[in-house]
Amino acid sequence: MKYKIFIIFVLFFILTTKSFALVSVDITRGNLDPLPTAISDFYLDSKLDDKIKNLKLESKIPELIQNNLSRSGLFFALEKKSFIQRPEPAHNKPRFEDWAFIKTQVLVTGKISLEKEGRLRVEFKLWDVVSATELSALAFYTTPDNWRRVSHMISDKIYERLTGEKGYFDSRIIYVSETGPKVDKKKRLAVMDQDGYGVKYLTLGNELVLTPRFSPTSQHVTYMSYFKNLPRVYLLNIETGIQDLVGDFPGMTFAPRFSPDGKKIIMSFAQEGNSDIYTMDIKTRVVEKLTDHPSIDTSPSYSPDGSYITFNSDRSGFQQIYTMKSDGTNVKRISFGEGLYGTPVWSPRGDLIAFTKLYRNKFYIGVMRSDGSGERLLTENYYQEAPSWAPNGRVLVFYRETPSDSSGRGGGAKLWSIDLTGYNERLIQTPTDASDPSWSGLLSGK
Amino acid sequence: MLSKNLNKVSLALVMTLFLGACATQQATTTKGDDAYTGTETVKFLADGVPDRVFFSTNKSELTSAATTTLGKQATYLKANPTLNVVLEGHADERGTREYNLALGERRATAAKNYLISNGVAANRIKVLSYGKEKPANPASNVLAWSQNRRTVTVKTN
Repeated sequence: MKYKIFIIFVLFFILTTKSFALVSVDITRGNLDPLPTAISDFYLDSKLDDKIKNLKLESKIPELIQNNLSRSGLFFALEKKSFIQRPEPAHNKPRFEDWAFIKTQVLVTGKISLEKEGRLRVEFKLWDVVSATELSALAFYTTPDNWRRVSHMISDKIYERLTGEKGYFDSRIIYVSETGPKVDKKKRLAVMDQDGYGVKYLTLGNELVLTPRFSPTSQHVTYMSYFKNLPRVYLLNIETGIQDLVGDFPGMTFAPRFSPDGKKIIMSFAQEGNSDIYTMDIKTRVVEKLTDHPSIDTSPSYSPDGSYITFNSDRSGFQQIYTMKSDGTNVKRISFGEGLYGTPVWSPRGDLIAFTKLYRNKFYIGVMRSDGSGERLLTENYYQEAPSWAPNGRVLVFYRETPSDSSGRGGGAKLWSIDLTGYNERLIQTPTDASDPSWSGLLSGK
Repeated sequence: MLSKNLNKVSLALVMTLFLGACATQQATTTKGDDAYTGTETVKFLADGVPDRVFFSTNKSELTSAATTTLGKQATYLKANPTLNVVLEGHADERGTREYNLALGERRATAAKNYLISNGVAANRIKVLSYGKEKPANPASNVLAWSQNRRTVTVKTN
């Protein structure tokens, strides 16, 4: 597929980034004062041919950047019609008074020009209007059809420069698309960009599929399928479409996730009324059993350094969250609040575990530290579960279901995202109902 | 600028306290015996042999009604020794997907073990968990959930 080939991007002068910035965004708390930001149209090199001019990338790229930044909740994009300075002079030498006049603190400008063999050079600059300085500038080289990806990468650079944290815009979400009546739903694997664009279906819907999860290191996905009425964990390469059964277990395998190095799959195996946690090395196919307890042990998730695992167990009598070392020793219960806890998933930053909580017939998405302290509930609803972390550990995606009436109508599932702070809850539009989202890592690596 | 930041801190703090309060004010509910006892949704393997048994919330123990039904199924299966069955275990929609898959397997296994202890050969019975994926009643209410916490015995030949 496309995602592998493209983009060679070149840092062309990052030296200006050392200058002291007066503007910055604090993302560690709920942000009630999003940063006023002006994203100018880019300007097109006059040598571009009509075919490329007709793509209108000079406005489409800034619009996509604006959409990303606004959705993060940290930036407030000012309306284009208020801009005084035109794109070309703004990119070459902004008149900061003009931009300060419309009360923006940050300015983004850009230029699109043609390179050899029909490739485009997309350059952007980020300006601090308050201190009248250039904060960063970068150029990306790409084919014209790849403009969305470039816009996401530029968005990440802006986010990173202003927040001090890695971005998450150049990433994708895999999920389960749902259609049909509730008693017999058709479920298909689907993948899209994190902003909901470019949905692609990966399975036909002939068999039930559940809980897809991205590999942190490759274009592989692990998921559960009822192929031939045998519920099993599979591994799918989404570039080639080739899929493999994971392990040869005499029963149901489920709840798969990758290890942080992408080399193992960790999952549950159910037999004789008992579910335990196993790993399988993808290359050697060596299987290891990590828990051995007559209770249900499921929903395992590795810590980002691979040394610990969090999982769900009802060994106390009810569903609670536990941690253990990655060899299965040192099992500790960490959830002690009232209610039931499920679907623990370790943050890519390592400090927090996100979970689903059921309490008094309401469902919550929350986070706690990996020792169980500092529990914080982010959102309450009729039904929601399965949080998955954005690659920078600042945003969670999950699914939420509404109740259905006595004929089964109205009970649809949708994807939502929310900031770690509990603010900025947003619906992610999908063409069908959707559940079980899993966020990829950054596509451009690091 | 500093006072602005302080405002943000106090607001975040208030939110945390508020949410914290939600979690501690109410007492835990531990649901007890709420297994379905009616006849809606029930089908029959043969005359007088119901095809399904029901469970309480989060439980996989067989109720006395369930053992009565499974006893009839065992008698029927012993009288028809060429029949094989799959026991499909289900959960209601008020639980996380992965845990419910495990719970469905545990419920189906409880039914299977009862059939085996009543003389049905183990190699005639398979279990298959659907978790909350295949509700018998699609409504979101207490009655539907009780009808969906079930193990259904399905003939495979």
